[in-house]
Amino acid sequence: MSTSQDLANRPTASDDAPALIPLVDVVEDADGITLTADMPGAQKDTLAIDVNGDTLTIDATISLGESTGMQPLHAEVRAPRYRRSFTLSRELDLTHIDASLKDGVLNLRLPKLETARPRRIEVRAA
Amino acid sequence: MITSSLAFPGDLFAEFDELQRQLERVFAQRGSPNSSIRSVARGTFPPVNVGSTPEAVEIYAFAPGVDAASLDVSVDKGVLTISGERKTDVSESPSSEKRSVYAWERPYGAFRRVISLPEDADPSRVDARYRNGVLGIRIEKREASRPRRIEITDAR
Repeated sequence: MSTSQDLANRPTASDDAPALIPLVDVVEDADGITLTADMPGAQKDTLAIDVNGDTLTIDATISLGESTGMQPLHAEVRAPRYRRSFTLSRELDLTHIDASLKDGVLNLRLPKLETARPRRIEVRAA
Repeated sequence: MITSSLAFPGDLFAEFDELQRQLERVFAQRGSPNSSIRSVARGTFPPVNVGSTPEAVEIYAFAPGVDAASLDVSVDKGVLTISGERKTDVSESPSSEKRSVYAWERPYGAFRRVISLPEDADPSRVDARYRNGVLGIRIEKREASRPRRIEITDAR
């Protein structure tokens, strides 16, 4: 990426905020790819899944519902959000991505395009 | 005033800290080669945040994808123990023999964390709830240790 592009794509202030990289499992089968991400504290209404060109970005704000006036004593999770990007490949059907969030686990199903699925080639008798 | 443990007061090394953690995740490195036998490795599951209010101690354990019924929370002699198990679900997928795994970062299996509580925590008043993959535990403080306003009576 050239410098001028870097400047043009300069992240906004919110993109710059500290974010945790969620841990993921990525598994491919014949029909598509399943991405599972650990995002404890994420809620459906503050979770964003964006596809921009061939980049998939998942972004979520962590909400704990802490009492007001709470003073932190010890913290191992020290950022209020999750963010991670993935580069997608061409054979995936980006218009049919299915997402679900349950108990802080995001499940994304990226199906392959019909043409990209494995096919069995019939061999005809000569 | 900082009112969320997620914005823990950053010291000079906070950013380095985060970078270090990310690197450790990338290289799946657990602890340094010369650490103490009892030291808790970074990346221990589940990560825990602890905070305090005048009325209670609040503990948040980040344990996503766990069946709430399998979680066990107990308080004994000023020590809080959280244990449970996270089961793998991929083996149940129908086409499991034709899978390719590209990333396998999420921890699975049994876990257990022990947290020592402040002296003034009252073990008889504990409330635990599992929400959005976070186990929140609230332990009330003993009445005697709560801040009180002393009334001054007029001695005339």
